[in-house]
Amino acid sequence: MDLENQKRVLEFANQYGAENVVVLLGAAEGEASGLAAETVTNGDPTYAGPLTGVQLGLTVYHVCEPEVKAEFDPDIYEDQVGMMEMVLDVDDIVKEMSAIREQYCKYLG
Amino acid sequence: MNSVIKGTGYALVHTPDMVLHNGTTQTTEMIVNPDSEYLKELPSHIRSYEQAVAYYPNQAYIGNITPDELAKIPMPWNEQECPLTSRYGKFGQIMPQEEFILLMQACDVFDLVELDSEFVAANRDKLAANEIIDDSIMARIKEGVSAEKVKDLVENEHAEGLYHLGKLVGAVKRAHDIDVNLSAHVMHENIVSKASNVVGILHAIKNAGIAKEDVEYVIDCSEEACGDMNQRGGGNFAKSVAEIAGLVNASGADIRGFCAAPAHTMIEAASLVTAGAYKTVVVTAGGCTAKLGMNGKDHVKKGLPILEDMLGAFAIVLGENDGVNPEINLNLLGRHTVGTSSGPQDVTTALVFKPLEKGELKVTDIDKYAGELHNSDILKPAGGGDPALQFFKVVAATAVKRGELEKADIPSFPVKHGMVGWAPTQGHIPSGVPFVGFAREDILSGKIKNAMIVGKGSLFLGRMTNLFDGVSFVIQANTGATEEKGVSEEEVKALIAKSLKEFAAGLLAE
Repeated sequence: MDLENQKRVLEFANQYGAENVVVLLGAAEGEASGLAAETVTNGDPTYAGPLTGVQLGLTVYHVCEPEVKAEFDPDIYEDQVGMMEMVLDVDDIVKEMSAIREQYCKYLG
Repeated sequence: MNSVIKGTGYALVHTPDMVLHNGTTQTTEMIVNPDSEYLKELPSHIRSYEQAVAYYPNQAYIGNITPDELAKIPMPWNEQECPLTSRYGKFGQIMPQEEFILLMQACDVFDLVELDSEFVAANRDKLAANEIIDDSIMARIKEGVSAEKVKDLVENEHAEGLYHLGKLVGAVKRAHDIDVNLSAHVMHENIVSKASNVVGILHAIKNAGIAKEDVEYVIDCSEEACGDMNQRGGGNFAKSVAEIAGLVNASGADIRGFCAAPAHTMIEAASLVTAGAYKTVVVTAGGCTAKLGMNGKDHVKKGLPILEDMLGAFAIVLGENDGVNPEINLNLLGRHTVGTSSGPQDVTTALVFKPLEKGELKVTDIDKYAGELHNSDILKPAGGGDPALQFFKVVAATAVKRGELEKADIPSFPVKHGMVGWAPTQGHIPSGVPFVGFAREDILSGKIKNAMIVGKGSLFLGRMTNLFDGVSFVIQANTGATEEKGVSEEEVKALIAKSLKEFAAGLLAE
């Protein structure tokens, strides 16, 4: 994850409390989504950015996951995300994201 | 009258030592984590020059294997034995580091590059034997200085070291004591960009079959900025490259726009030729040291070689319509405007479908689309996916939304109308332009009738705007219309004579 984005995520978590922050990803495939999710939960796996060794455990989803899709007005979702949903390997993204959430998220009921 | 593409040049430079010393992933790691396992492991993952040459995507870049042929090679390409081992191809060459370091010195006109005299003596003949290097460039090579002098410059004078196979062989000095824009680091980056640019431009001119004197204007679209503390990006790479390349009749200027810059520049160059401002314009770009080894951590972690060890350069010669070469159709331009969102659908509509609408064309009327031609062999192991495939799928999915394609056509669209990517991850280099050379050949041979080149850029990186950016243009077979019908001098004289006769006849009648 971009170093500047890591810094912003860390600032938001400090400002609003980690339990009140949800990170929504839009990455184009599973592995990249998993890496970003790992960064905001278990810390930067590349040991380069401000989240190195910082286990925020934030709640994190990809916009194509069914839990997130259910939160949207279907028409708006179709308009904004529908096209990318056709293109992305959603199953792979769900698999990667679920694995990271199960392992590292601290604020899921 | 549309301008035509007269020829192209594509060059790579193998720079393994610059991966270690100048790639930002590595230089950042040296600051934040100097004892890291990554830095210890890295040297054992560096490719030899021979390995970098015998790598399918690099051979595609210089034209020795076509995109269609590359698509048939199973991935990962870095695991395949590649029988293509020539450093030269029909579009350009893969230059080895030792020749390039000498060329850097030749391109420096402020005595900033000092090379070890033994290194110069050992490699001068190699550079002289390079098929595009002539006596004018060789005459710029200096004898060099002692190894002690080079060491002193690096250790005590803030110079940036030049290394070959782990050995210090030269230094780039700072050009000012306190101006950060003229620091040794910046001068190194800029001289690398300039020197690699020279390689691309010399190949393009040779391939276009024109004389150096024919070039009237050069536009550089690299990603670096040259200037001093009073104008950080003042320029002008283009003219400095033209000087070394011997383009005595050329002027030039720089255009920037991140990864979209080459596509922007092609449109502007085509406009200059079409308008008649200049007869021959060269669009050109050099390589970028900062991006070397950008995804190195993932490559090392997965036991792969460092695949980002190449600088990329290209140059494209545009000229007046000769009735033969493929044309750039300025009536079919796509552009991402300020009012367009950064959503993939809106971006694709602006860049691909708006120009198609203008020409009353369907998505399938364009034989090949080219955009995001990153080599996915580099990006997949780093979680970056396959941007080329993604781009073609997005074009197809947008066409589905518009009712131009069936959903079932999405998987086959990238094969029929797209291509696999082969360009090194050098930012501006992959953005559509690597296909221009192949497009020119395929249109000339009749294999395809047209191609759309799409350049996209992420402007947020400069922290001036969050807007996305991109432009596109269409290359098509020559329409044969070399000159719009005008009125010749004889015709004007005849018309005047006729009017005068009629006037005289009128007077007589009165």
